[in-house]
Amino acid sequence: MSTVALRYPTRKVTQARVTKSEWIKFWSLRSTAITLGISIAVFIGIGLLASSMLGDPGPNGQGGPDGPVSASLAGVGLAQLAFGTLGVLFMASEYSTGMIRSSLSAVPKRLPVLWGKIAVFTGVVFVVALAAAAIAFTGGQAIAGDAGASWSDPGVARAVIGSAVVLTGSGVLGIGLGALLRSTPAAISTLFGVMFLLGGIAGLLLPDSWNSALAYLPSNAANSITAVTTTDGSLGPLAGLAVFGGYIVAVVVAAAGRLKRSDA
Amino acid sequence: MIEVNELTKRYGAKTAVDGLTFTVKPGIVTGFLGPNGAGKSTTMRMILGLDRPTSGTATINGRPYAEHAAPLQQAGALLDAKAVHTGRSAYHHLLAMAATTGIPKSRVAEVIDIVGLHEVAKKRAGGFSLGMGQRLGIASALLGDPEVLILDEPTNGLDPEGVLWIRNLMRDLAAQGRTVFVSSHLMSEMALTAEHLVVVGKGQLIADVSVGEFIEQASHNSVLVRSPRSVELHDLIAGPGVTVLSVERGTFEVSGMSAADIGERAAAAGIALHELSLQKPSLEEAFMTLTKDAVEYRSELSLTGKAA
Repeated sequence: MSTVALRYPTRKVTQARVTKSEWIKFWSLRSTAITLGISIAVFIGIGLLASSMLGDPGPNGQGGPDGPVSASLAGVGLAQLAFGTLGVLFMASEYSTGMIRSSLSAVPKRLPVLWGKIAVFTGVVFVVALAAAAIAFTGGQAIAGDAGASWSDPGVARAVIGSAVVLTGSGVLGIGLGALLRSTPAAISTLFGVMFLLGGIAGLLLPDSWNSALAYLPSNAANSITAVTTTDGSLGPLAGLAVFGGYIVAVVVAAAGRLKRSDA
Repeated sequence: MIEVNELTKRYGAKTAVDGLTFTVKPGIVTGFLGPNGAGKSTTMRMILGLDRPTSGTATINGRPYAEHAAPLQQAGALLDAKAVHTGRSAYHHLLAMAATTGIPKSRVAEVIDIVGLHEVAKKRAGGFSLGMGQRLGIASALLGDPEVLILDEPTNGLDPEGVLWIRNLMRDLAAQGRTVFVSSHLMSEMALTAEHLVVVGKGQLIADVSVGEFIEQASHNSVLVRSPRSVELHDLIAGPGVTVLSVERGTFEVSGMSAADIGERAAAAGIALHELSLQKPSLEEAFMTLTKDAVEYRSELSLTGKAA
């Protein structure tokens, strides 16, 4: 039908090509490097600060390997919000700037865009967060000196890797919320509310008989992944991972549904 | 080739596009014309699969846009100059678009040169003027060297030089055998570029005609006659079905009789004619006449009389 000879051979849109496109998009924004840098600084900085304040094993029996490990990884909480914000920005800014219309006209099947974003984000952030967790742990133990834990102590490797998993997961949750809500402020507030406020509010408002249910909140499930020792009333690390992962999958599936069906 | 069949889009109770059916053929520039709010952008977005039609279909080269394996090589679109991340450079925007379908980097550099953005290609698109944004949008439309081009108000925000450039570009693209579908709310703009017109108002098709037919359809053809012996000529012409309106001394306007007939009668009677010209309404007038019932947002002041 066409009378125009194409000057380039037809090259199909594939998931690999869309992922490469998302890689270019990720790194071509100045805000990516800035947010990533802040996230790492917050994560490591708080860990080192907490390690330096560790001091003597207190009256609460905070000694042993648990104390210095938790202290060196104390930045996970705030870093979760920072990495989560990076995830939100990666997706929601497509909507706030109008870029989404260009993205979806290039990839009209739509879903590969979401998968590509998650793949690029997970790859980059997991590596970065793992390196930052290792630095925070090593630095924290150096500050703690003789009281510090070593890599071979039980639960240590899991806590370090678990921190990277939780940070990456929070970012993917951010991508999902960004695609679902299509607004940067709405997605960041929701992420903040779920990861920071929900646990505290639920603990205050619900009767004590509900305490066992609190362990299933996203923030508490995430905490179980990074904890060196499992405390009473919280989930084990694997159960925590399953529950936290379940929330992420649920949000991403809902986001995919909206992306596929709604007008861009 | 673009084929739109019974395309309808409703937002709640409001019908934005109402059963549109038309075909856009390759090799010519087809203007998509209508007042603001007539449903032009919505139709274009549905053709590109960005909006889901309530009912009806739209295909590009025989298939829905989303079903092509390499969509950017089938159709390129400028829908909105602001469909760019403000924090990204023009170069990286195009590079990311190109990457989705394996278009080489050399083509990215090529389209940047075609639209004349070479000097600002590495700058953040957020700092671009509207005209530069339009050029970037046209660059992304051309990226895949597509057979079909869909351009929504491409001359918006361009300076006169830019407007001339886009007109020539559209004609060149059509001359290469491509399908060029361009929307505008300005009839005068279309008169200079388009050969065929699809006119819509309130989401409905008003006309699907060539530019020439369009003027024909909307006009009440009349002939302007000037003669030193206008009184005698008047008597020769006047008759049933013929209206003669005096314009000024020695000049009158005739409708209901062709210029040829008037000339023959004057010659037979030996009356000299100083002027005998067919009065074509301007395209803008023809457009206003056709769409006057379909204007979505109208000012209360009516535009009376014939514009020059």
